[in-house]
Amino acid sequence: MKTRRDFIKISTVGAGAAAITYKAFGSKGFGLFESNSVDPVSDEELTPYPTYCEVCFWKCAAWAYVDKSGKIRKIVGNKNDPHCNGRLCPRGTGGVGMVYDEDRLKTPLIRETRTDGTQHFREATWEEALDKVASKMKEVKEKYGPEAFGLFNHGTPGGQFHHLLRAYGSESNAEPAFANCRGPRSSAYFSTFGAYVGSPESTDIRDTNCLVLIGSHIGENMHNSQVQEMSDAIDKGATIITVDPRYSTAAAHSSFWLPIKPATDIALLMAWIHVLIYEGLYDKDYVEKYTFGLEYLKDHVKNMTPEWAYGITTIEPEQIRKTARAMAGAAPAVVIHPGRHVVWYGDDTQRGRAMAILTALLGAWGKRGGLYFPEGVSVPAYPHPHFHEPEWTWKDWNAGRYPLATMGITTELLKASVPKYNYKHQVKAWLVAGTNLPLSMPDKRLFKEAADAVEFIAVMDTMPMDITGYADVVLPEATYLERYDVIRSAANREPNIALRMPAIEPKYNTKPGWWIAKQIGERLGLHDYFNFEDYSEVIDWQLKQLGTSLEEMKKIGVKKYPRKSGPLYLGDGEDFEFNTSTGKIELYSVDFADHGFDPIPKYTKHPEPPANFYRLIYGRAPMHTFSRTSNNPNLSDLMSENSVWVNPKVADLWGLKRDQEVWLKNQDGVITSFPVKVRVTERIRWDSVYMVHGFGHNNKKLSRAFGRGASDTEMITNVAVDPIMGGTGMRGNFITFLTEDPALEGKEVKA
Amino acid sequence: MRYAMAIDTKKCVGCGDCVVACQTENNVPHGYCRDWIVERVDGTYPSLDLEFRSERCNHCDNSPCVRCCPTGASHIEDGGIVLVEHNKCIGCGACIQSCPYDARYSHPEGYVDKCTFCIHRVKKGQNPACVEVCPTKCLHFGDLDDPNSDVSLAIKDRKWKVLAPEAGTKPQLYFLT
Ligand code: SF4
Ligand code: SF4
Ligand code: SF4
Repeated sequence: MKTRRDFIKISTVGAGAAAITYKAFGSKGFGLFESNSVDPVSDEELTPYPTYCEVCFWKCAAWAYVDKSGKIRKIVGNKNDPHCNGRLCPRGTGGVGMVYDEDRLKTPLIRETRTDGTQHFREATWEEALDKVASKMKEVKEKYGPEAFGLFNHGTPGGQFHHLLRAYGSESNAEPAFANCRGPRSSAYFSTFGAYVGSPESTDIRDTNCLVLIGSHIGENMHNSQVQEMSDAIDKGATIITVDPRYSTAAAHSSFWLPIKPATDIALLMAWIHVLIYEGLYDKDYVEKYTFGLEYLKDHVKNMTPEWAYGITTIEPEQIRKTARAMAGAAPAVVIHPGRHVVWYGDDTQRGRAMAILTALLGAWGKRGGLYFPEGVSVPAYPHPHFHEPEWTWKDWNAGRYPLATMGITTELLKASVPKYNYKHQVKAWLVAGTNLPLSMPDKRLFKEAADAVEFIAVMDTMPMDITGYADVVLPEATYLERYDVIRSAANREPNIALRMPAIEPKYNTKPGWWIAKQIGERLGLHDYFNFEDYSEVIDWQLKQLGTSLEEMKKIGVKKYPRKSGPLYLGDGEDFEFNTSTGKIELYSVDFADHGFDPIPKYTKHPEPPANFYRLIYGRAPMHTFSRTSNNPNLSDLMSENSVWVNPKVADLWGLKRDQEVWLKNQDGVITSFPVKVRVTERIRWDSVYMVHGFGHNNKKLSRAFGRGASDTEMITNVAVDPIMGGTGMRGNFITFLTEDPALEGKEVKA
Repeated sequence: MRYAMAIDTKKCVGCGDCVVACQTENNVPHGYCRDWIVERVDGTYPSLDLEFRSERCNHCDNSPCVRCCPTGASHIEDGGIVLVEHNKCIGCGACIQSCPYDARYSHPEGYVDKCTFCIHRVKKGQNPACVEVCPTKCLHFGDLDDPNSDVSLAIKDRKWKVLAPEAGTKPQLYFLT
């Protein structure tokens, strides 16, 4: 069989070079084809319905094009949308695969125990499934109080359940997006500037002269408008500085790539700060007018010279100076990208602080080409009675720890669910909406313990993810292309809203999240909190308050509003009061000092891999979001499994060949459930390996994703918790290779 | 009129959006593709060079696939777009063998298929779906005979290369380097 991989031969490959292609033939190869192919139809024969994408959290507005037979043929970006400018990313373009994935959850399921003690799911009616969830919620409320019902939520449908739980009387919720992802940067930027960087981040990449990516992987993370703006910045000749132990896509497109030794970023940041201060390159007027604590900072970084940092980071002092000067030369049009998924070594809030301080010294906060002041539309709440204040909330689990946490911490919700941790406030049951915990939480043991301990788990999802295997009741949700959802309002340069409406009726026996939440609410006597028949009434009411209507939005999809909060940037010398304790940008954080944390970031040395072990670095591929897209037929066509990136020197040492299957074992002796292919590449350092996150699914119901690739999350058993906000640092794990199937070995021993 | 495409390898991030957009626009069955991504790495850590190329049929001026087609199913349309007429194609695969770029595949319905430059869109003055979707705007399409077309402007002041020039096929995909 001839495959397109042959074209490698004709590419102009130099000595020592390697070419690979992403294009894998679908997981089942040939024969997957359903005989329904037709020639392309012209757009005029299709009906467009407005939506906004739910394949990641960027929420790009789009049009879903439906043909006469009622099939969604394609999804195309809405030209008027600042999140996408008419171009979706590969996941958004492939969003149609979410609807037509034949592995979808199709009908409610209820766990049952057979007479022999084995368990299985049986199909159930909605009535039965909803009754079951509602009666369990009643029971928990009576026995323990409503607060004991916890919620893991993510994405748009998660919001509907948050509403349900608040109406019911609980605020025991947490989402992985905080402690497992971007929480440290929220706390860091808030403590420095008294403001958040938001989502999409208010980075003015479009107009920047210098973009600094330290732990940001634009292009591999397809944060749509940022990828577009980075491309524009390249056209305009902006300097791009990328700090990464891996030769990332962004690194390849950069003017400077600093191949840093992992876990030493704070040292580099402090050395940059040293250069700016001691070479007098910082923005003196800005710093004097708006900041607090320069003298402390100056004193603090006195000895943090590029030479000092060289010994730690392995970055040449001259490179450190050169890049610091490049930033200063471009200032204030410099974006130090705050990053996303910033939970690495447990001192992540401090690393975020160092980035924020650097931004301040360059005078880039509130300046063109730096970070702009975003503005959003506030969507009025559909009228409902006040929520009763719960007797305790997620804050109480933290019990004095993590004083700067602003959202529930997922690990704490797990711990509060396990009696042995003896939390004062115990959680007894869960709702899980839109998050695949076994692949999104580090420390699987804790997750399993907690899942075992709780009395009841209801999971709402569109796919039989690993998490559904732990459910007592599975609630199959309609995909985003089959339902109404909340109005999208995110802060951008221009305030704007976007509508999501169904392009087709829900397939199978699935239901929209709002409907599921309402049905449970009605059963709990909470009708007043769900005072509508159809969610479109809620949206229409809200849109009318915003001077538009459902009717108008169906035609335009996105509406922009004029700014009310003032200009995008600070005026020259304009007086400005920051929302911090000093009213200034805090180079020295008064809040941190008050809580006993370092007011100025320090570099701390982190453990290094023991002999024969390599640091596990994980990240994103542009065609996948977390673990949720691995089974999507369109996207698994592009990338059906992950591989472990190994430097050729390491491969030689172990005798590893390209595409050889290995198992990974971490420092705690945990072994991957599935083997993973080796990718021998110069793009990774010899002290580390790299994997794309989100593979190694354990649920057989995912016919394309099951057992394909390995789960990086499985290897993350050592978690470095950030004392400031509870972030779960996950980059401190080391792996080694097993070339023989460990399961076979075990069997031989037994025999 | 001479349709051509320029691909900016300095901006492509290898995301594969062009591939998915082609798949949905042209109903390419799962497991097959008309366009694809090549990633090429040169050098030794840390002195490296990386190139992403979005590749597809080159719509060659001197096209061996058209010459060797026994039924005339493979032919050249206005503007140099090389097409396969599905009804006429007997699926013998001679063209697949003759294409030095491996740009063609056997469609499971029994004919040979490949990139059409989205001729159904181009005829209406639109860009091919891959060009329209690319988040980095690194694909440029248009008429080389028109000095103001996107593709002409894209290659005007940039260095470029074509793939396998030695094959003598006069390919019309220009890779900006
Ligand atoms: S960035 Fe991509 S996946 Fe995310 S919302 Fe936009 S189109 Fe969808
Ligand atoms: S869509 Fe554009 S950036 Fe993405 S792989 Fe294709 S050509 Fe490259
Ligand atoms: S690339 Fe191949 S299929 Fe396309 S015109 Fe040239 S020879 Fe023919």
